[in-house]
Order: sequence, then C-alpha cells, then structure tokens
Amino acid sequence: MAEFEPVLLRRIHQPDSTALAGYLADGGFEGLKKALGMAPADVANYVKDSGLRGRGGAGFPCGLKWTFLPKDHPGPIYLCVNGDESEPGTFNNRILMEQDPLQLIEGIAIACHAIRSKSAYLYLRYEYGRSYRTLKKAIEECYAQNLLGKNILGTGFDLDIYLHRGAGAYICGEETGLIESLEGKRAWPRIKPPFPAIEGAFRKPTIVNNVETLCCVTNILRLGNDWFKSLGVPPDPNNPRDMGSYGPKLYCISGHVNTPCCVELPMGITARELIERHGGGVWKGRKAKAVVPGGISMGFLTADELDTPLDYNGPGKVGCLGLGTAAVVVIDDATRMVDVLYNCARFFAHETCGQCTPCREGTTWMSRILDRMRHGRGRREDLDLLLEVAGSMGIIPGTTICGLSDGAAWPIKNAVNKFRAEFESYIQSGESSVTSAQELMQLAH
Amino acid sequence: MAFLSEDLRNQIQGYIPNYPDKRAVTLWALHIVQDALRCVPLQAIREIAEILELHPSEVADTMSFYGIFRDEQHKLGKDRVWVCRSISCGLRGGEELLEGLCAHWKVKPGDTTADGAITVEFAECLGACEQAPCILVNDEMHGNMTQESVVKLMENGGQAS
Repeated sequence: MAEFEPVLLRRIHQPDSTALAGYLADGGFEGLKKALGMAPADVANYVKDSGLRGRGGAGFPCGLKWTFLPKDHPGPIYLCVNGDESEPGTFNNRILMEQDPLQLIEGIAIACHAIRSKSAYLYLRYEYGRSYRTLKKAIEECYAQNLLGKNILGTGFDLDIYLHRGAGAYICGEETGLIESLEGKRAWPRIKPPFPAIEGAFRKPTIVNNVETLCCVTNILRLGNDWFKSLGVPPDPNNPRDMGSYGPKLYCISGHVNTPCCVELPMGITARELIERHGGGVWKGRKAKAVVPGGISMGFLTADELDTPLDYNGPGKVGCLGLGTAAVVVIDDATRMVDVLYNCARFFAHETCGQCTPCREGTTWMSRILDRMRHGRGRREDLDLLLEVAGSMGIIPGTTICGLSDGAAWPIKNAVNKFRAEFESYIQSGESSVTSAQELMQLAH
Repeated sequence: MAFLSEDLRNQIQGYIPNYPDKRAVTLWALHIVQDALRCVPLQAIREIAEILELHPSEVADTMSFYGIFRDEQHKLGKDRVWVCRSISCGLRGGEELLEGLCAHWKVKPGDTTADGAITVEFAECLGACEQAPCILVNDEMHGNMTQESVVKLMENGGQAS
C-alpha cells in the first residue's frame, strides 16, 4: 500500500505554517472562492454528498445537519465552532489550530456561507492558550486582507469570527453545554428538542461543528467531494442505515507506545496497524492489554480485538460505544485494569455537570467503588454493582439529558465485562495498588 | 471609587460588541479580573454584574461552575502549575509527577507555596497526550516533563530556557 499523503496535516511541518502569506501561496482560500461562486444551499448539498460525518464524536452527517436550519429565517444564524477538545487522549484539534489556523478559518467561512451565517463563535477550551494566540493573529491577518469582515473578496459576503475562551469544563464540548457556556452561564446541556438548528445560541438557529470537521470542509471544496469519497470505507451493503466512513481522519495515539503522535490516515485503519506502524509499537517490549479506541468514553478493546477497523462502525461491533474522537490510548500488560478504570471514573466524577441526578451520583459512586477496590477493600458484589449503576445512567437508558453519562458508563461496562476475571482475582487477592504517598494525596482532593 | 480599575473595566467592556447579549461576556470578565488580581473578589463580582447588567448572583453562579476561578479565600500564587492526571499522562507518570512536585514544594494539590510563588493543581486531560506527562504553566503548555524539569522551569519563572 502506497503511503498516504496527508491533506489536513499537509502544511503543519512548514516553517511559519500559521502565516497568511504561506497559506495563500499553498492555494489557500481557493475552496472559499469556489464556495462563494455557489448558492449557499448548493454548498450544503455538495458537502452532504461528500459523506462527511462529524469528527467530534457523534459522527452526525455534516451537510445534513446544515439542512436542518429553518428555511428563509429572517434573523441571525450562528455558527459555533467546537474547539473545546477535552476527551482524554484527544489532541488532534489542538494540532490543527496551533499549526494551520487558516485551514480552519477557511472552513468556518465556507460553512457560514452555506448556512447563511454572518457570525461565528469559536469556543476554545481555556487550556489551549497557544491555539488562542495563533488563531487571534491569523484572524487579524484575514481581516486586514478582506478575507473576513464586510464584503469579503467583493462578493457581498460578510463574516465576523469571534474567539471565545472557556474555563476548564469538559461538558462544554457537548453542543448545548457549549452554547450555555458561550452565553455566560453554567454549561448545563439543554433538553432536546429543540435542537440548536432551530433554537441555539442566543435563542437563534445555530450550527455547532467540530474543528476537524470544518478543516475537512475546506478540503472538500478545494479538492472536490469525489476526492473525499475516494478515501475511507463505503457503507456496509448489509446495513441500510450505514452512511459510510469517508475521508481522511486524524488519529491520536498515546499511552504506552514508543512514539505517541497524531497521524492522518484514510478512515478505517485497524488499531493494531495504528499502534505498530505509527505508534512505534507497545513500549518496553510489552504487549497491549487493552486499547481505548476513541477517547475513554468509548470503552476498551481487548488484545484480541486489535484488528477492529477504526471507522464509524468498527468499535461498535466489539461492544465499544463508537469511534468517538479516534483517540487511541494503549495500556500495556504490566498495568492493572482497576487503576486504569479508576482513572477514567475519577475523570467523569470530576467532569459531570451535576444537572442530572443519575450522572452526578452515578459517576461519583462508580469512582468511589473503584477507589475502594484499588485500596484492596473490593467486594465480589462490587462488579455487579458497577454494572447496575452504569446500566442505569445515560441517554441510552433515557435517564439523562446528555451523553456524558453514557460515556462515563461505557468504560465501566466494557472493563467489567471484558476483564472480569482480572477484577475478580484482584478483589480476591486483597492487594492494594495505592502507595502511602498516594493516600496522603487523596486526603487533599 | 470603583474597585475594578479603569483598565480592567475597559478590557471587559471591549468584549461587549462581540455578542448580542452582554451576559456572554461573563467568562471573559472573570478571566480578566482573575489574571490581574489572582482571584475574583466579591466586590469584583458585583461590579462585573453592574457592567454586564446582571444580578451579582448570576455572575457568582457561573463563576462557581468553572473550577478555574478562585475566590478571595483561595487566591492564586504568582504562577499556576497544572499537572495532568488523566489517562494518557497517568499511564506515563503524571500522577507521580504531581505527587513529587507537591512533596518538593510542600503543598497539597490546589494549594499555594508558603512564599506565594506557585499554586499547584491537578488537571484533567490538557490535550497534549503525545507529550505525556504534560503540564500547563499559566497559559503555556510544556510536555514530556519530569520533576526535575518542572522545578527547573519554575525556578526560571515558568519560561523555557
């Protein structure tokens, strides 16, 4: 197989890849020019025909989402760019924003033309200070060259992009949590419907798109939707609901590998190939015990499931929640699953927004049960208790407003079901994996 | 005499035209005040509310939701060091790094050194997993850290030498 030439990441190693002059020299804004020569609805349909699905985790078809806006809406329509990347293991959007901000800005402009929006808010997680500074400079350069502002390139298209910094809350990555946070409130997700396309930011029709999704839009306009459809995995002919997994994808590889990195590949590479060819293999000559396929919310693959293709369908076929953010985290065979699972559960207990009781209480209790287990005080019935709590929280059972809860429950369900024997023998041994120094730290939390 | 300086008020007001609703400036206002004062005092909450035409309880409610903001009783030190403890960093020594730094600076996570120089905190995934373990010093990410490299970095005022 010939080496794939990156498209989304093609410019990141160039010196000064963030400057407008270099971006224009590389054919930058050709995609926007093409889009501005088309009617907005035609741009939306063109993107819809490419098969692009959202890269933020849910995988919703991008062009289709755009068509949910009310027709001929008289007032403002907003685009919110989701740059709140916070799913553990995920850093692809940071690389796109830090290294090639103009590719994103162009994608925002194309999307805004397609949805007839004149204002885009880029919600950026606070921790991404470098992304903020890089984007700020790039946006200023665009205003100076009439690539943003009034009457862009003499076409009559107006667009303002505003950067909005978050304040350290995972839930702001949920699209209605993001909107609430943008409005200056606590980031409590909203009950849907109404969906943001009908009533979103400032009670106006709003589209929320992920950073990588919009970078794909730039390249779909630049290279054509045929190019996009030539990559990835076509729909499964036996599954009439499958929309396929087209295009390139940024895969993040971290944890116990020799060369953690972000790599762009056509959708559908297997976890094994990703780890061995791109992550440099498992570190210290060890073997993988478990692999997170797409951020911790998606659960775990076992060592026997590493040939799973990382497309929108693959992880689900082996009991994971989905592809998620395609952030792969490798856990070696010298690591205890109880420690890994506690780390995941603690994350969600810290990041639950507290609005829905099953999630607020469930995440906290799952974290406490695992902490007790880790201290050598686990009980045999704890495993079923964890499954009971995990099974009762989320939008799948219908007890919470948003999917954070499903994401908190999934690693628990996968770990307990797929590694049950290890948990049972650990509980039986009465061992503790907590050092006395860690005990002291615990008191501080 | 207003508690917030003219400069801080101007900075906050500068964001108002970006939004159809003044309330959307709340996070900016809290960041601006905290960057300058190392916390958001009660009187600042009242004045932010006045500038944004809100009730102070609305500003306080938002502030309380986001763990990044500190009240007067929990004022930040001169520099803030966040040590990531989420999965990718946790698998590569992030928790031990946090423990080691707390022992070195004789603080617990969340606390500030006795001289007021450094506040140490745990962070959930900072989004630099390819450089695990990573830390955030104020507004700057640093990757592949060890206890020694963090201590050296902070002796250098948080600036990479």
